[in-house]
Amino acid sequence: MEILERRAVITGIGQSEVGRRLHRDPLALTAEACLAAIDDAGLRREDINGLSTYPGGMVPGAPGFTGAGCTEVQDMLRLEVDWYNGGPEQPGQLGSVINACAAVATGLATHVLCFRTVWEATAQGGGRRAGIGTSGGKGFRASGFMQWTLPFGAASAANWIAMFAQRHFHEYGTTREQLAQIALNARKNAALNPKAIYREPLTMEDYLGARIISTPFGLYDCDVPADGCTAVIVSRAEVARDLRRPPIRVEATGSALRGRPSWDQWDDLTTMALRDAAAMLWSRTDLKPADVDVAELYDGFSFIALAWLEALGFCGKGEGGPFVEGGARIARDGEIPLNTQGGQLSAGRLHGYGFLHEACVQLWGEGGGRQVAGDPQVAVAAAGGGPLGGCLLLTRR
Amino acid sequence: MTDEPSRPRSRILPLVTPENEHFWRGGADGELRFLRCRACRTFVHPPAPVCPECLSFDLAPEAVSGRAELLTFTENHQPWIPGFDPPYLVAIVEIEEQKGLRLTTNLVNCATEDVRIGMPVRVVFEDVGDGVHLPLFEPAED
Repeated sequence: MEILERRAVITGIGQSEVGRRLHRDPLALTAEACLAAIDDAGLRREDINGLSTYPGGMVPGAPGFTGAGCTEVQDMLRLEVDWYNGGPEQPGQLGSVINACAAVATGLATHVLCFRTVWEATAQGGGRRAGIGTSGGKGFRASGFMQWTLPFGAASAANWIAMFAQRHFHEYGTTREQLAQIALNARKNAALNPKAIYREPLTMEDYLGARIISTPFGLYDCDVPADGCTAVIVSRAEVARDLRRPPIRVEATGSALRGRPSWDQWDDLTTMALRDAAAMLWSRTDLKPADVDVAELYDGFSFIALAWLEALGFCGKGEGGPFVEGGARIARDGEIPLNTQGGQLSAGRLHGYGFLHEACVQLWGEGGGRQVAGDPQVAVAAAGGGPLGGCLLLTRR
Repeated sequence: MTDEPSRPRSRILPLVTPENEHFWRGGADGELRFLRCRACRTFVHPPAPVCPECLSFDLAPEAVSGRAELLTFTENHQPWIPGFDPPYLVAIVEIEEQKGLRLTTNLVNCATEDVRIGMPVRVVFEDVGDGVHLPLFEPAED
């Protein structure tokens, strides 16, 4: 069987200004990132004939959850596309990139501009974050999945993911001090990333002393809303040889969903849908977890990164706590450098795309002060928690 | 000191439909009801038009005992919903009659320090108006 996603490569990346409450038009951030990515690949906008995003426009959600859809970008840049894709029903945020790989592999497009814009920091202002679906006013009635959670005050992924974490603590003895390492590691890396939002040192005392959000999660287990857009160009390998950069190969993708796609009906409450995506990834390559030089794993909540570490086989199932304990294994000079840009916990919630961007930065050796030593050749980028999960294995070889 | 988390002054109610009313209104009769397949006897939740096991369309509501096991929980401290003041306990429970038959709910009449994953719980209904009776759970004897 040919692994068709290997016909896809990444040829360019771009990122807008990133920050808290930039008070900028999300479309302007989008244009900034998209044009940067096109230029980075050595392409002209006329070369772009595909568009892909998550979750797309016309999607309800927390204010600022989606800053641009495909049609807005197509119109803004007057692109002529043969293929486009935008929507929330994909294998996580990076599902939009996996779909772009499929589009170039099958010849539906040659160069796909993939992007994700968020402006939650500005849209939500200085107030506390509202729960999902709670802005409906007095006569509002919850329907769909939210009817099973909102009446009980479980209004946020913070609550839903906290219950996965609590079950993991129960079954495997995982502790808050262990989980803390995901956040502390992210902050150490963020200190070396000029675009990261929180760069000042974070100690274990700070972590444990922070206000509780939803047990076992405290403030530093939750990522930080940000404004920004990240863009990536996915190209067909055979046309990418003469472009500006050495293309990054897509070795394998993981997009599977085998359990119930729900925050509370998932069969194993110590894993999430990412379990299936990770298993599929390794079924499509001869590479092994030990071959991976850098891991950029979604940390919308600290526990999600721990679950990805286990699911991707960097440690055994249930062994994530002891694996990250002390933080040495996941440090930049450790066994598996994790979230080298600072993750969403410290660098800001660019919603999945930040991890793919950073994987490319590391493989191209452009991480500056945070560059992983030894010329990394293999990276994994993964995004999604709860019922969402998608991942890509990338190589320079 | 045992602190029992507070009960909300107001809740967001579910939109009751013909498909889910057996669940949201069953508490008026003191019954926790789920759809059940008449062909293979599988309970189906959330409600669906077809049995996920045998693909039969012959499903009807049926009451369960109301006994369950606490699978996991969280004490929420963040105010998400006006009138629903933290802290409060959110839980996922598994209904005794069938593995995998689960609900997100609130754990009530229980101090946070007494919560144990795996503990037996039983349903208690909270009348929240509009004919809706929310199934909440409290500790039960073994």
